[in-house]
Parts: sequence; structure tokens; C-alpha cells
Amino acid sequence: MTEQQALFEYLLRLGDSGTILSQRLCEWIGNAPALEEELAIGNVALDLLGQARAWLEYAAEVEGAGRDADALAFLRHEREYRNLLIVEQANGNFADTMARQYLFDAWHYFMLQALCTSADERIAAIAAKGLKEVTYHLRRSSAWVKRLGDGTEESHAKMQDAIDEIWTYSGEMLIGDEADQLLLEAGIGADLEQVKQQWQAHVTATLAEATLTQPAEDSYMQTGGKQGYHTEQLGFLLAEMQYLPRAYPGASW
Amino acid sequence: MVQQHDSNLIATDRRWPEGTRPSTDEIWHLLEEVPDPEVPVVNVVELGIVRELAWNGDILEVTLTPTYSGCPATHFIEEEIGAALNRAGLANHRLKQRLAPAWTTDWITDAAREKLRAFGIAPPQGSASKRSLLGEDPEVTCPQCGSTHTEQVSEFGSTACKALYRCKECLEPFDYFKCI
Repeated sequence: MTEQQALFEYLLRLGDSGTILSQRLCEWIGNAPALEEELAIGNVALDLLGQARAWLEYAAEVEGAGRDADALAFLRHEREYRNLLIVEQANGNFADTMARQYLFDAWHYFMLQALCTSADERIAAIAAKGLKEVTYHLRRSSAWVKRLGDGTEESHAKMQDAIDEIWTYSGEMLIGDEADQLLLEAGIGADLEQVKQQWQAHVTATLAEATLTQPAEDSYMQTGGKQGYHTEQLGFLLAEMQYLPRAYPGASW
Repeated sequence: MVQQHDSNLIATDRRWPEGTRPSTDEIWHLLEEVPDPEVPVVNVVELGIVRELAWNGDILEVTLTPTYSGCPATHFIEEEIGAALNRAGLANHRLKQRLAPAWTTDWITDAAREKLRAFGIAPPQGSASKRSLLGEDPEVTCPQCGSTHTEQVSEFGSTACKALYRCKECLEPFDYFKCI
């Protein structure tokens, strides 16, 4: 793997994770439990989509194959997608969505913080901008984990179930592969060991405050999303998301 | 006498004689006439979106920094700025996007903050660079009655840059321009 290939993979992972989570969150529009929550979910989705666009535009340039960000988002198949498995998981109930969001946001926050000092100036710039937005995302999702966890008996039970359910998808974002290693050595990528420690500290503190039980440290973790091996959830999501540009190539308004 | 304009004439507002070039100061003033599409009481210059103007030979280079990554108005603002320059006879320009340093509400001028307040939007409180974004919620003053007896309803409001608040004195809901 060359550094250019690794960089392309790395940017796709960041961009695809944002795109897919954004698409998932948008499924709440019209269905959220309260108007304020609907606005919040929509705003978070919009931030993630904007960041994804910046990552994918850069990815397209790095690839240099004449594709643009739209082609990457709308014309790639499931196996070519490099998003984390956690973001493609179904919304479930509101606690499920917030548990998924929180575990992702905590990773995203420390990841972007690390990327702010990337030797690649463009990565550092996109990360610094995104970090301001993700700071708000993390504040909100950790607040919901605490409110529901330390809420009523029912909300506690639902949030505990949600954490237990999604937990198996939380390890992947902290496990590096060849591309991560190559870019870490080049001073471009984030140090996932450091991100892992920060993430674990944040999650442990939040779950404790939420009176929730943290799943066992040696739980089995699902992996593969970063390499293009996805759960069955992604195909259905892409079918909906890509329908229009595939059915009407070049459509615009 | 009423002057007739051709609708396809680009330079209908041309302010400078043919062959002369306006100073960057004059262009700053020109761009102050371009309103923000979401909050039209403030313009793109006082919001801190236009970062730099420079003549590079015959080409005017305009450097812009977008506010939020996903702000749907970003593209529209670029088009509006381009259109304003075209109307003023400055078709030979290039818009450049600059991401770093990232846009901050600290760049919003005091005059613009006052306009936001008068419009009913509480302006960002304090300085983004001087306090931790993870800290406690700021004390937000109600733009209607001036009370600080307010509460946050949601961290996210009608646009990416705003949060929803409610005044516990006058009971009016209002938008707060988030400090980032």
C-alpha cells in the first residue's frame, strides 16, 4: 500500500462515516419524539454531511481518477464503502439512536482533535472546523445518555439495552490497520492508541454518571467496515440514498 | 429622464469609470451590501465570512471562510458575492475558500451583534477563544426584554448556527447565535 492509497482509504473512512450517519439521522425527520429533537438531529446530520463533503472532495482529488465527491457518495457500491459499522446500524428507538451517537461522537471528538495537528494541512483544517461542531454533538449526546440512564426505570432500562446492543460495534473505530499505521508514521493520521484511551475515559465517566453498567472490556468486537465488509444494514440504506442519482444520472435542480 | 437598462447588461451598476480599478476599501464597502441569506439584517463582511480582498494583476481575489461545514447557505453566499461583483463591473474575480483558521463567532463585529439583537436573535456571548466549548452554558440575555432569566430549550435551532432559548420573564422563545 502506498501512502497515496492509504490516504485515499483514510479520507473515505472519515467521509463515508459522516455520510452514512447523516443519512441514518435523517430517517428521524418527521418521526422524532419532539420538535426540538428533530431540529437537533437534523442539525447534527447537516454538520456531518458538510464535513463528509470536505473529506470526500479531498479523497476524490487524492484518487485523481476524475471522480468528484458526488460520484463517491452516490455511485459506489456497498463493498466500496469504508464507513465504520456503528454508523450504519438501524436507528431503533430514541435511546438506541443516542447510544450509537454518543459512542461515535466521543470517538469523533478525540479523533478530530488528534487530526488538528496532522502534517497534512488540509486534514488539519477540515478537522479543526469539524471539531467545533462535534463539540456540540458530544455535549448533546452525552447529556442524553445521562438523562435517560439516570432517568426513570423505563428510560434506564432502554438506555442500558441500547448500550449493550451497540457495544459490539464500538471497538472497530479504535482498532488500526495498515492504512492507519502508514499514516501515523507519516505524521498525517491520528494515534488510535491515544484516541482509545481518551475515548475509554470519557465513556467510562459518562456511563458511570448515567448509572449504567459498562459492558465487559473483553466483549467481542465486530470489525470490517473500514475494509468494506459491512452488515446487512448498509445495502438497504444505500439503495434508498442512491436511488435518485442512479435512476436519473446527472439529475439536478 | 428614466434610464432604460438592458436586462442582459452585466455592468448596470458599474461604479467605476471604464479602465479604472477600485481600491480594496471600496470593494469592502460594496460587499457590505451583500446580506446573509438567513439573517438579512447582517451582511457577509460583518459576519466575518469575507476574509481578504487582493488584486492579483487584473484579477480580484476574494477569500471566503465558510461558517459551518454543512451550512446550506455557503454556496448561495458565494453566488451572491459573485453576482454583486459582476453587477459592479468586477466580473474578473476569483473566489477562494479558506478553511484555516476555522470561522469563529469572534469575527462577528460589534455592530452586527447589535443588529442581531435588534432583529430578535441573541448574539454570541463572550469569546469562543477564551472559554472552553465544553464548559457550562453561557448566560444568555433575552433580546426582547433584556432579562438574563433565560433557559436553553435545545442546543440546536432553526439553522446550524443557532440554539433555541426561552425567556422566563417575558416568556418569549428566541434564537441564540451559538459561540463557536
